[in-house]
Amino acid sequence: MSMHFTILGRVDTMARPLRLPLAAGEVRAGFPSPADDYIEVELDLIAHLIKHPSATFFLRAKGTSMEDDGIKDNALLIVDRSLNPQPGHIVIMSVDGELTCKKLSIMGSRPYLVASNPEFKPIPLSGHDCHNWGVVTHSISSLAPGFAI
Amino acid sequence: MIGLVDCNNFYVSCERVFNPRLEGEAVGVMSNNDGCVVARSQEIKSLGVAMGMPAHQIDPHIRRKCTLLSSNYALYGDMSSRVTDVLSQHTPHVDVYSIDESFLSFEGFEADTLEERCQVMRQQVRRDTGIPVSVGLSTSKTLAKIANHRAKKESMFNGVAMMDPNSNDTRAFLEQLPVNEIWGVAGRSAARLHTLGIENAWQLRTASPKHLRRHFSVVMERLVYELRGENCISLDDMSQPKKQIMVSRSFGRLTTDKTDLREALRAHASRAGEKLRRQNGLAQALMVFVHTNRFRQDLPSYSKRLVIPLPHPTDDSRELIKSAMAGLERVFKKDIWYQKCGIMLMDLCDHDNEQLGLLAEPISDEKRARNEKLMATLDKLNREHGKNTVRLGMPRKQNAWELRCEHRTPRYTTRWEELAVAKT
Repeated sequence: MSMHFTILGRVDTMARPLRLPLAAGEVRAGFPSPADDYIEVELDLIAHLIKHPSATFFLRAKGTSMEDDGIKDNALLIVDRSLNPQPGHIVIMSVDGELTCKKLSIMGSRPYLVASNPEFKPIPLSGHDCHNWGVVTHSISSLAPGFAI
Repeated sequence: MIGLVDCNNFYVSCERVFNPRLEGEAVGVMSNNDGCVVARSQEIKSLGVAMGMPAHQIDPHIRRKCTLLSSNYALYGDMSSRVTDVLSQHTPHVDVYSIDESFLSFEGFEADTLEERCQVMRQQVRRDTGIPVSVGLSTSKTLAKIANHRAKKESMFNGVAMMDPNSNDTRAFLEQLPVNEIWGVAGRSAARLHTLGIENAWQLRTASPKHLRRHFSVVMERLVYELRGENCISLDDMSQPKKQIMVSRSFGRLTTDKTDLREALRAHASRAGEKLRRQNGLAQALMVFVHTNRFRQDLPSYSKRLVIPLPHPTDDSRELIKSAMAGLERVFKKDIWYQKCGIMLMDLCDHDNEQLGLLAEPISDEKRARNEKLMATLDKLNREHGKNTVRLGMPRKQNAWELRCEHRTPRYTTRWEELAVAKT
């Protein structure tokens, strides 16, 4: 039998410890109270998705060039400014004064902003006035009609 | 050591975070109802647009080179909270002094690594929030404030300036600093200091504190000690006249009770109104803030501030209370143990040259006279018979006022429909 691992991501060393609910039962090695399994708190989606609240901003995506990376037109983007952008990250950059969402890539040892739609030409960082704004951590789009994002 | 962190051109910096095109441009932010210029970028200062200048008085040639925006208080309040959050990751002692300034205490921190720490903090604020800040460090609030000023003006400091109260450099700087540029020395006190032969900060520092107490007040006496590097002024003594008024207090015990907050904020708003009327000013916006005790690691921490534009410039305690109560409704969260709450009156202007927005309904002279008489009587009773002899109960309902804010940018951080757009 083989075993599968899914990499969920790196442990974020910058994150402050989350406050976990205290189990009501006494902890006894080997014999946890069966009641502990029934203690539930509401899931907090915001806390789940946002690790650095004071550095996190919501932005609205406009355009279709990033659809193959999962960002639809009008998607809600969660952007964390505290993360260091790495190649492969979807980033927000200010390009000549305009907030732009693209994938940061290195091609031939030079940094480019690349759209997932190949019809859009990669934008070289050099030659433009580029400033890092933040790293997109999530993109949310609604699938059911009548649900706004 | 005490640090003063001041956001550079705060309102303008907030706007630039979401509209990077404004970087390097001459940008001004106008007060409530688009009356006067209350915040300026370096570029618009260089064009000669003065603080408080009525927007319509700006020369058309210069006006064309400027971007003038309406105040976006929702944005500034949110960004201010974020800056404070980052600061409190670096020291638990953060005292909010105004929307864009906080005093930090670095008690117990090693002095020789402090500048470096503050550089890290400053860069983190910039990275996380987009807001550039300057840090002044010294052993008293007054010297930290002066150091902050130097951090801003002298590029060699790279945004963090530390002033040793007893260095030759400090002496040289204080000797050329006119007394009227010292925090808390207003124009009239400065003129009176001149008649005593005290013209610069060094002369004030070496003057006899007792002598000054006789001529002025205990605050001036403390200022002498502060300039010598002794920290002895409390923030409540030092609300900057004319710019903002702050009234806040910690609760004697932590509370989760909204009624406690309501009563405290009502009292703070009344007190702020009194202070405002004493300096003959009008407020154009009001900030409500609440926070928990940051030392209590065992309790959830929460800190929120909200800026509420006032329908028209006012000094009427009833209107201040009404706005404060509306603000509390928005910032209050259940099951949180609050330690402190407060009120800050912002964007103050002079009573005598009140700017009415075109859409703001002017109050009739008769009604105004009646209001003024009521407030004057209130102040007199409270002065003569002790604080809170007469208190204001629930204010009556008033019709909503339309605000003039034609040039307001979207409320990027507080409205789903107004988020900043990223082009894909």
